[in-house]
Amino acid sequence: MAEQTVSAPGADERLLKTPLSRKLLNRPELGAVAGAVLVFFFFGIVAGDSGMFSLKGIVNFLEVSALLGILAIAVSLLMIGGEFDLSVGSMIGAAGVVIAIPAVQFGWPLWLCIVLAFGVAAAVGYANGMITVKTGLPSFIVTLAVLFILRGLTIGATRLITGRTQVSGIRDVARDDWLAAIFGGDAFTGLFAWMAEAGIIEKRMDGLPVVPGVPMSIVWFVILGTLATWLLLRTSFGNWIFACGGDKIAARNVGVPVTRVKVLLFIFTACAATLVATIQVLDAGSADTNRGLLKEFEAIIAAVIGGCLLTGGYGSAIGAMFGAIIFGTVQMGIFYTGVNTDWFKVFLGVMLLIAVLFNSYIRKKVTEAR
Amino acid sequence: MAGQPLAELRDASKFFGSVIALKDISMAVSAGEVMCLLGDNGAGKSTLIKILSGVHAPSAGHMLVEGREVRFKSPREALDAGIATVYQDLAMVPLMSITRNFFMGREPTRGSGVLSRLDTAFADRVAREEMHKIGIDVRDPTQAVGTLSGGERQCVAIARAVYFGAKVLILDEPTSALGVSQASMVLRYIAQARARGLGVIFITHNVHHAYPVADAFTLLNRGRSLGTFRKEEVSREEVLNMMAGGKELDQLTAELEEFSRADGASPQGT
Ligand SMILES: Nc1ncnc2c1ncn2[C@@H]1O[C@H](COP(=O)(O)OP(=O)(O)OP(=O)(O)O)[C@@H](O)[C@H]1O
Ligand SMILES: [Mg+2]
Repeated sequence: MAEQTVSAPGADERLLKTPLSRKLLNRPELGAVAGAVLVFFFFGIVAGDSGMFSLKGIVNFLEVSALLGILAIAVSLLMIGGEFDLSVGSMIGAAGVVIAIPAVQFGWPLWLCIVLAFGVAAAVGYANGMITVKTGLPSFIVTLAVLFILRGLTIGATRLITGRTQVSGIRDVARDDWLAAIFGGDAFTGLFAWMAEAGIIEKRMDGLPVVPGVPMSIVWFVILGTLATWLLLRTSFGNWIFACGGDKIAARNVGVPVTRVKVLLFIFTACAATLVATIQVLDAGSADTNRGLLKEFEAIIAAVIGGCLLTGGYGSAIGAMFGAIIFGTVQMGIFYTGVNTDWFKVFLGVMLLIAVLFNSYIRKKVTEAR
Repeated sequence: MAGQPLAELRDASKFFGSVIALKDISMAVSAGEVMCLLGDNGAGKSTLIKILSGVHAPSAGHMLVEGREVRFKSPREALDAGIATVYQDLAMVPLMSITRNFFMGREPTRGSGVLSRLDTAFADRVAREEMHKIGIDVRDPTQAVGTLSGGERQCVAIARAVYFGAKVLILDEPTSALGVSQASMVLRYIAQARARGLGVIFITHNVHHAYPVADAFTLLNRGRSLGTFRKEEVSREEVLNMMAGGKELDQLTAELEEFSRADGASPQGT
């Protein structure tokens, strides 16, 4: 603040020149980006020679980050819009069996099962949104109820139909499915094969590259993050999201269709959970009714580390992406350094506390007269 | 200006649960007319204009825009019909920038379809220009509204309504936080809007603001209308009395004189 100087004549004389550092400080994602750099730096030193930052290691922790990040991006938009969705974790489990049971038990084509799962997700998101908006109840409570209902339904129905809580055998039906190809497997396999051939990346004993390509989860993560950021900052709908979360009565009074915005955001979080479920089911070749447990909190933590305010109206999708990257990096980093993974939870809690304190400080800066 | 009213309420009532906020109100505003709504705190003025701006649906009665019966389901429909409002609570989001608040709900875009995007350069320019017209030099249109002074915030809300109001402009106590020059600018705006053929509904507790610009006065008392008076029919003093209930004001003057006498008599420092 000391380096501020009075601006040249012509501009408003009451306006101090804003230094770049101050402008950056006003960005919601600053904390998360700084945190990610710090975390990379830390594990670069501590786990530098453990293989964590080899190509395979990087792809590993990015994949973990991406699966959480897909959720966190959607959750951050919803949080900016002023609501929570605690049912995303259960939605992952539910979507998994909605894909697996018809595909394995009833012999449906896989693409149809995936379409069905997204349809169910849209319905769940619509219900979450309509109940929240029409009753005026806190979404925290509404989606907490849905968390239990969905999980219970998933376990109950799966046991009823299959007699177990796991459904395997997806690999066989996924092999030639055209839709499965955009959710599972790897992208840029040709490029990676060529790079291995050219000696740019390492080869395995059998001559294939160590990493076959970029996992589809990472591709989706980047695509969704880019789209969400564009939506937030460059479209009318993005402006409406901020408005709904900032003050929904004011937003409604000036013509923002608050109900539509909130319902669409709930549908988006449920669909993001289904995307994660689809990727996991194809990756593991099976569905498990317990998948996605506690993911709702991890996604909220990533969004908060990324600068989202719990009260809504402020935050960023890029921030949530970096929040998820911090999450994934630390999780894998602790694994690579050989520290007991119990400590990961301690780290998470501390991280969350720091992020919330930092955010509330930033919020004061933004709203109060400087 | 004669002819059909731009916006009209017929026997409109509004109940909030068991609270009767408005009962059988009839009121109209024509093109090129400034209708001033008068009444005590809690008389129902804000409730009345919220019916016109689509925030509340009337519990009973009819609402007409240019002679056609309408039923707004949301403020968006009222805005689409050309009715723009400055709400008493301003309808601003403190965390959002001046520009984003100015265009909230009606964002200018470039491109079409999926490539449709905010025209931020245009929006910043318009927000700054419109604020300049009202007499506020915006330092930085990307500044959060939460950092503005109360009067500056009120000016953003007024500039926004003036910019988007196509047929009817509703102002609910727009001058309450304004300095002398900004308040007179708002009165000038109201006169300009009338000259352009808009209908204006203006709520204020300040007779010096109401009397110079109004063409007619509608008086509300405890949710009921005490009638509409043309300006020719009433003097400034009568309007003032209508605002406060004349007797109370006389009484107050007497009481104040009493105080000043007592002040003069008592020694200082007690
Ligand atoms: N949403 C609501 N629910 C219940 N009662 C309400 C609601 N809105 C207004 N009222 C009641 O209706 C009455 C009229 O309120 P209104 O805001 O219209 O008064 P006003 O004339 O604008 O007053 P002021 O001059 O103080 O702005 C008040 O008694 C108020 O308590
Ligand atoms: Mg009022």
